[in-house]
Amino acid sequence: MYNAKTVITGIIIFIVLCTAPFWVGLTGKNYKSTGIVLPKDEKNCVENVKFMRAEHMRLLNEWRDEALRKENRTYIASDGKKWSISLQNTCLNCHSDYKEFCEKCHVANSVYPYCWTCHIIPGESK
Amino acid sequence: MAKLPAPQDLLASRPPFQGEHWLDIKPDFVPGGFCYPAKKETMELLHMPNPHEWDPAADDWGLPENWEQTICDAFAERLEKHRSLKLFMDICVRCGACADKCHFFLGTNDPKNMPVLRAELLRSLYRRDHTMLGKLLGKTIGARGWDKNVVKELFCYAYQCTECRRCSLFCPYGIDTAEITMIVRELLHEVGLGTHWIMDPVKNCSFTGNHLGIQPHSFVEIVEMLADDCETVTGIRPKTPFNQKNAEILFITPSGDVFADPGIYTFMGYLMLFHELDLDYTFSTYASEGGNFGSFTSFNMAKKLNAKMYAEAERLNAKWILGGECGHMWRVINQYMDTYNGPAPANMILPVSPITGTTFTNASSTKMVHIAEFTADLIHHNKLNFDPGRNDHIITTFHDSCNPARGLGLLDEPRYVLNAVCNNFVEMPENTIREQTFCCGAGSGLNTEEIMELRMRAGMPRGNALRYVQQKFGVNHMACVCAIDRATLPPLANYWAPGVTVSGLHELVANALVMKGEQKRTMDLRQEDLPGVEEDESAAQEGEGE
Amino acid sequence: MFLSLLLVLLIGAVAWAGSAVGFASLFGVALPYLALAVFIVGMVCRMAYWAKSPVPFCIPTTGGQEQSLDFIKQAKFDCPNTRIGVFVRMFLEIFLFRSLFRNTQADLVGNNGTGTVYYSSKWLWCFALVFHYCFLLVFLRHFRFFTEPVPFWTTCLETLDGVMQIGAPRFFMTGGILLAALLFLLGRRVFNEQLRYISLVNDYFPLWLLVGIVCTGVCLRYFDKAEIAMVKIFIMGITHFSPVSPDGITPLFFAHVTLVSALLLYFPFSKLAHMGGIFFSPTRNMANNSRRVRHINPWNPPKQYFTYAEYEDTYRDVMAEVGLPLEKEPDRAAE
Repeated sequence: MYNAKTVITGIIIFIVLCTAPFWVGLTGKNYKSTGIVLPKDEKNCVENVKFMRAEHMRLLNEWRDEALRKENRTYIASDGKKWSISLQNTCLNCHSDYKEFCEKCHVANSVYPYCWTCHIIPGESK
Repeated sequence: MAKLPAPQDLLASRPPFQGEHWLDIKPDFVPGGFCYPAKKETMELLHMPNPHEWDPAADDWGLPENWEQTICDAFAERLEKHRSLKLFMDICVRCGACADKCHFFLGTNDPKNMPVLRAELLRSLYRRDHTMLGKLLGKTIGARGWDKNVVKELFCYAYQCTECRRCSLFCPYGIDTAEITMIVRELLHEVGLGTHWIMDPVKNCSFTGNHLGIQPHSFVEIVEMLADDCETVTGIRPKTPFNQKNAEILFITPSGDVFADPGIYTFMGYLMLFHELDLDYTFSTYASEGGNFGSFTSFNMAKKLNAKMYAEAERLNAKWILGGECGHMWRVINQYMDTYNGPAPANMILPVSPITGTTFTNASSTKMVHIAEFTADLIHHNKLNFDPGRNDHIITTFHDSCNPARGLGLLDEPRYVLNAVCNNFVEMPENTIREQTFCCGAGSGLNTEEIMELRMRAGMPRGNALRYVQQKFGVNHMACVCAIDRATLPPLANYWAPGVTVSGLHELVANALVMKGEQKRTMDLRQEDLPGVEEDESAAQEGEGE
Repeated sequence: MFLSLLLVLLIGAVAWAGSAVGFASLFGVALPYLALAVFIVGMVCRMAYWAKSPVPFCIPTTGGQEQSLDFIKQAKFDCPNTRIGVFVRMFLEIFLFRSLFRNTQADLVGNNGTGTVYYSSKWLWCFALVFHYCFLLVFLRHFRFFTEPVPFWTTCLETLDGVMQIGAPRFFMTGGILLAALLFLLGRRVFNEQLRYISLVNDYFPLWLLVGIVCTGVCLRYFDKAEIAMVKIFIMGITHFSPVSPDGITPLFFAHVTLVSALLLYFPFSKLAHMGGIFFSPTRNMANNSRRVRHINPWNPPKQYFTYAEYEDTYRDVMAEVGLPLEKEPDRAAE
């Protein structure tokens, strides 16, 4: 091999960069479960679990638009049940522990929604 | 020479791209489209492999029996020897940035003249023999095997490339088609295919020292004649030192400047300049060729021809070598010479201008200085007297030759000189000069009469740029620092921009140079009357009469 | 072109269907491990293969004025003669695509079509640069799946990328721009006659593959949403070499992973190796100082040439005739 010093240095840098997802991960903790704590006394959310997990952000966006822009405060779920459109009074009524619920997934996955620029994070003092 | 079509017909006759895939199109050899083959005796004399008589227009090129094995082995060997080749075969992404940078493509619209496709001709072979996917998938991914038509195709397009490196400047990976062309030519030489116009000069340079094969006594006589002509013009006969031992400087320039108009005037320019400086220098009849036709053949042949320079500097005990105006000569000197034949002989020292005391540190290893650097330095130190008015009848532009521009980086020195010796200097459009310069269309051994139409096509971008400044600024002259240019640009100018003359830089230098004790100049080096001079004289006489 | 599109669709479809019927571990665990191993080993071998051949000559393409006399201004970075200059030249080449920036387009003009103009043409440069940088940013953004806690810089990148605050989940601009740049690069190959002529399957395939990767990625974020927490648990399992069950993750995710794996597998054996190759390019990574420093060719053959002695032997008489100085006078040489 010619210019071996430079080439080998280059190859090492290449390997280090390419395996970054592995060793960067190893420097921190593993992430085996979300550790989410569900509300104790309520079993059903507005929609089914699968939908809520994937689409809650879209639903919340829709609720915001309905309530604030169209002044519609009623949401009819796919099972026909009526819900009052309100983050504070509907959602946070059950999901009252921000740290054990919202944050568990959001922080771990680097999701920083701007809900809390207007709403008050539950559990935080006024 | 067949009659050439008019420029607009030449361009109008560029064929559109064909529908067929390029792998299916076979090369076409019609007279006028190829260079004549090298003679068998020439190749034998030079110990080239597989010398034979053959005719490009014929079906059978008389390839040796085991040609495929020979060429495959040679290719594999080149891959082991040149990282550039491996790399350039592997990493081209076919982005097409090089396509319309090639003067041959612009002039012919032949897709295989796009640098990317020129390289792809070889790359397709590389894929089959040296890559995994090519072996598996074959033609689907553009791989193919060798056959006789492939050899013909390589010959066709390796001799439609002037190794000017313009594509390499624009390539995001620096893929250099010149490198590929050089290697393809080496491969073709392995099976005995070469062109007469390259191999004959190679033979001559090898055995007589100059490309026309002029013997030493005739060479000396011609130079003496040129010195006589200098005397006619200036009244001073410059000295012509030959093969002198212990001279400070060995001067080497392309031999074309000794024989061919308008190079001879540049040569006279050197004689006058050195005489005026009273330079302690010598020519050599043995190393009288600066240009290196071997570099159009193979790396080894280039080395062989180049070796004479250091050998002669050693024998003559010269301190350093001054090199004349030449294109590929300077690519070889800058990028190959020291590697081929260095280190420089022990008697040579760091070049120092004896007139100004400037040390040329950028040449501290090769000990070889370009004449434009040398002269620019003289001018900078006010060591020369000029009357630039003597060049007032010309409006000149400057043609950057490919090799000094992209293989050496000599751009501003000649301009510095030109500005000092001419009052009217106009640049051609910016994308056609300096490092982006266009080739004369006939470098790297294509400067042959039988392909004149092809040369004019390839010269189209340069010709158009020249005509543009001719029409816009009245340019009537083009200076250059390349001996091949001095041979190829006159027909090009004649065709694309009639009325523009071509000369070397030092012809203009000598025209403007005021020599100590010279007679009043009434003509330039070409012994054409200087406009204005006679009227002045008659006006002066009239004044006296009153 | 369609062949490579079909191939990409086929790869995606097989992965999608396969993981839907229970082979998710194959596409989500085994394949990525294999692909990454092949990618790394393949690229290292490719670089070693290049490095095994020497650079016999010093052949930089000089892109400007050389270093010569004091009063001549050198183009320090286009025609460097020092290591620092070369470093800057390579930096500009790799990070800003210096050479592509020069790009021009030649066109014939004039009433009889015999004038040529060279327009500055920066589109290729622009979209190539945008493509490469967006691709890098998108890759870096994915580090939120590789690390716990998510590093600060990843969060910053995401904030910047989603600064327009469009929709929920927030729209990441890099994704959209990446797709646009890919479509431009693809469009050139289809609509430009010269490019269409030179393009091979090898050119369309990686483009379609990248389009496929971007599209599946975009879908996973905005349309057929993958459950991000489960995806992260799954990916962390892979990076910690203790894979977890892929159950419950949408098959589209595995199509995405498979396409990325296909890219990694294809990479070292194709033109994509230019990623490493650019560093090796002798016309860019060498200093134009070959008159000052001797470059060594390891296979430099022995000197063989027509020596002066042979020359004088051949021409001694005629040389004597014109009075050229000789090493041996004619009468002596005969002895």
